[in-house]
Amino acid sequence: MDTTVTNAQSAPVWGGGNKPLEASYGKMMMWFFILSDALTFSGFLVAYGFSRFKFMESWPIADEVFTHVPFFHGNYPMYYVAFMTFVLIMSSVTMVLAVDAGHKMKKTAVTWYMFLTVIGGIIFVGSQAWEWATFIKGDFGALETKGGRILQFVDANTGERLAIRDFAATLPSHRTQHESKNGIWFSSEKALPSFSLEEVVAGVEAHENVLIRTEKITAEGEKSLLSRAETLGKLSSATQVVEGANLIQNEYGSRLFADFFFFITGFHGFHVFTGVLINLIIFFNVLLGTYEKRGHYEMVEKVGLYWHFVDLVWVFVFTFFYLV
Amino acid sequence: MGHEHKLSIFRGLVTFKSNTQKIWGVLVFLSIITAIEVALGIIKPEVLTQNSFLAMKLLNWIFIILTLVKAYYIAWDFMHLRDEKAGLRRAVVWTGVFLIGYLSFILLVEGNYIYDIYKAGFVKWEF
Repeated sequence: MDTTVTNAQSAPVWGGGNKPLEASYGKMMMWFFILSDALTFSGFLVAYGFSRFKFMESWPIADEVFTHVPFFHGNYPMYYVAFMTFVLIMSSVTMVLAVDAGHKMKKTAVTWYMFLTVIGGIIFVGSQAWEWATFIKGDFGALETKGGRILQFVDANTGERLAIRDFAATLPSHRTQHESKNGIWFSSEKALPSFSLEEVVAGVEAHENVLIRTEKITAEGEKSLLSRAETLGKLSSATQVVEGANLIQNEYGSRLFADFFFFITGFHGFHVFTGVLINLIIFFNVLLGTYEKRGHYEMVEKVGLYWHFVDLVWVFVFTFFYLV
Repeated sequence: MGHEHKLSIFRGLVTFKSNTQKIWGVLVFLSIITAIEVALGIIKPEVLTQNSFLAMKLLNWIFIILTLVKAYYIAWDFMHLRDEKAGLRRAVVWTGVFLIGYLSFILLVEGNYIYDIYKAGFVKWEF
């Protein structure tokens, strides 16, 4: 009986006003949208999985990439993302509480809960912006080989990662950034890295403790470390210095990793951003008493569905991008 | 509107007194799961990373299963699918499960195939 589509006696089947599945038109359409959006997101995540399977042996290890927490120095893998996850779940909770208060027609409670939901959303988007900035700025710097592979550096004594600024030599150089005003108008280049390739190579040769770490993942699930002799041999294949990440270069490893990071978390962040805007609109409507006059708070329930969906997607992004 | 709330979770093992109380209960449960995930992700116990089941590390199985558990409670209690008609619930959930399952299967198999080609082929990728 639970699956019965219409309650036939009461509602007219023709001419509208009928609620199939006992869900109003707006709510049903929100579910349609959520389902199609879920398929879009799964398309992105599965594409990420495809590329990762393709480069299984050399994919960056996420908890070596996302190790920063604002205002703290040091190596804290995952903590900040876990915090962001918690913030989003928490704002989901205030959203359900708003819906619940709406059922009971408590205007003040709905107002407060909507307000808290918006705050949670803003904290999340802010955190994501910070995470992007950190990721783009980079951390240790690396060399890129002719084949597009990334070479990172490790201190042989401590086993810790070494930043190129820690060992690079300072060589006299006259190389400056080529700007379009200095030559033909359509030719220019990006800002030069803080050290030239020659300086990094000279630095590695001068410091006995510097070893190269390649992208290749060993059977233990760690990046493989070259010996000192192999390190010196490998240097000749390097073609440029890479600092930070963007759509074409990525010091953390595979370029696709950075591309998917920007694309998936960016698309999700955009959803959170629009969610915050929609929640704000609803918040002001609640304040103005629009739903009080309408006699029900179903609108809060509908944006609530969208907001929970954004949370739901993040749960998957968190797992497939940061944990697995 | 005017739906009755079903207040039991874990197949009736835990029943809450009110909808508000259920929401907090679910929050506690989701937070615990997230904490477990993060702890496992940082510690990475060797038993779980060195052993695998169906070509996937046990650790990753745990992560994916816990994620699906979280997704279930978000959809069922926060998006109150639990209180909707079974028809609506099934239309939403099974469409998604089937299409996403199919897409992941086909693309992951393909990705793995290309990995094999790169590995065994006669083209040098690292130079």
